[in-house]
Amino acid sequence: MKLLAIILRRLVWFIPTVAGLIAIVFTVSHVIPADPARLMAGDLATPEQVAALRLQHGFDRPLIVQLGHYMLRVARGDLGTSLFTNRPIVEDLARRLPATVELTLVAMLIATSIGIPLGVICAVRRNTVLDHALRVLTVSGLAIASFWLAILLQLVFAMELGWTPLAGRIDGFAPRSVTGLFLLDALIEGELDLFGKALSHIALPAITLAVPGLATIVRFTRAGVLDALQSNFVLYQRAMGLPEWLIVWKYVLRNALISTVTQIGLLFGILMAGAVVVEAIFDWPGIGAYAFLSIYQSDYNAVMGFTLWAGSIFILVNLAVDMAHALIDPRSKAA
Amino acid sequence: MAALVDVLSRMARDRAVLLGAALILLLVLVAILAPLIATFPNDVWDIHPTQRLRPPDASFLFGTDRMGSDIYSRILFGARITIMVAVVAIGVSLLIGVPIGLVAGYYHGWPSDLLMRFSDIFLAVPQIVLAIAIAQTLGPSIENVILALSLTYWPWFTRLVYAETRSLKNEIFIESTIALGASPFRVIVFHILPNVSSAIIVRSSIGMGFTILTAAALGFLGLGAQPPAPEWGRMISESREYLPDAWWYALAPGLAIFLVVMGFNLVGDGLRDILDPRLRRAPKSNG
Repeated sequence: MKLLAIILRRLVWFIPTVAGLIAIVFTVSHVIPADPARLMAGDLATPEQVAALRLQHGFDRPLIVQLGHYMLRVARGDLGTSLFTNRPIVEDLARRLPATVELTLVAMLIATSIGIPLGVICAVRRNTVLDHALRVLTVSGLAIASFWLAILLQLVFAMELGWTPLAGRIDGFAPRSVTGLFLLDALIEGELDLFGKALSHIALPAITLAVPGLATIVRFTRAGVLDALQSNFVLYQRAMGLPEWLIVWKYVLRNALISTVTQIGLLFGILMAGAVVVEAIFDWPGIGAYAFLSIYQSDYNAVMGFTLWAGSIFILVNLAVDMAHALIDPRSKAA
Repeated sequence: MAALVDVLSRMARDRAVLLGAALILLLVLVAILAPLIATFPNDVWDIHPTQRLRPPDASFLFGTDRMGSDIYSRILFGARITIMVAVVAIGVSLLIGVPIGLVAGYYHGWPSDLLMRFSDIFLAVPQIVLAIAIAQTLGPSIENVILALSLTYWPWFTRLVYAETRSLKNEIFIESTIALGASPFRVIVFHILPNVSSAIIVRSSIGMGFTILTAAALGFLGLGAQPPAPEWGRMISESREYLPDAWWYALAPGLAIFLVVMGFNLVGDGLRDILDPRLRRAPKSNG
């Protein structure tokens, strides 16, 4: 019963949070600028076009009325039209979503599959040379600017060594779309050649994106494992003569990972924020590169659309993570 | 006073904190002394088309850029922009975030809940996403980047101060101060704030590093300082056109960002371990 209550409470908070996000973006786009129609119309618009936009969006009306209209419009899924593609922004973003999802998932896979074992090793070998060396590495991973790392990787692996392509998602034809994720689609179709191509394209952007996440996961796993090692059940298992590796990798890790699940939600935010610059550098056709192009072309509607879209997805993922947390942690089922 | 000496001596024994403090000190020194130690102090503005894209050598320590300006000298002056962005953005965030956190934490009731929900919305979205929207609306300039970062970072301080204030309010020494008839203002400013300050200092240090990274990313996206300002993120984005031949172009500004952010992170992490009494009591060994 308690579990259901937690999930319901989270769901109830979802709507006001998204409404709050819309209100913030509304304030940024409608209240702060002296003439929002001017910004929306772009640099090339004639005074007549600006006047028409002003009328169309009701910028002459009271702000509270404008806010109401804006909320209704966004709730219907209307984020406006891009000045450059002339398509609804929602369509542009939806078309680019699979690329970003694929990149984010691969980066998360890298970050968790390397980060969790490293975190456990750090905790077990606490205060040894190995632990200190890994600490230096994780602190570095959080301090490095992702756009700089991206350029360095391009310089070394694509330009000098020629091991990977410089940019893009694939060359030639993409695999037939089933999920929209090239790696998965290529496997489903049994096209190993295309899988290899997609893999070589995604390698550098995914590694770039994974680095800060990897550092975060190592630190949290280390802290979680250290915490769990102090528990009475570890003392009991040691007394029972269970091998140390079994205690650590099975029982301690399972307890430590409960808090890491929450971190994965935060990680998603880190990755998505990083995607804007990483996608731009690697020409990865996702929503991050779309944001970059929109900024570059002063496509005002598209930038605001991106903000709303990225913000909502992030809130949604947090909701999912909270629910997963409630489901995994047996303590939330008790009482 | 004794507490301060204790903290300082603990800091001096922690090599990571010392390294971080040295890096921050270096940044400050470089920013102050830039006109004296720059080999070509006028190259922030001057262009020399005949010597463009020279690799590093004895006269151009980090090479020259696309305009023929000395990258080493520009990096030094870029330190001033970096410090200004970090200090002003974190300062404004503190001025907004801390009072809201204190008030919302001290008083109970719907206004407190409303304030916290409002700050939660900001925390629900990655900072750079909102900062991009604000910077795009205001137009590209370094002042607008600072504003965008301040408007998106303050909720971190609010959250922190709120949580600390709530738990302090149940402490006996606060209860007894209230029972003695101290005004809410007096309790908040003289009794709660000093006890929250160490957490605020730790968060500020980590926030500086984080803010510098985000500001550099905004500069890289073209939303920050406009050329010829020697902003580090912007320099890296300029360098992309000239790779792989001018490999040195991106190297120095990226390294500068890395070292500075590293400095703030090391100090923040170390201070947290030193100032947090819960960590101090934790057993030192065991496995």
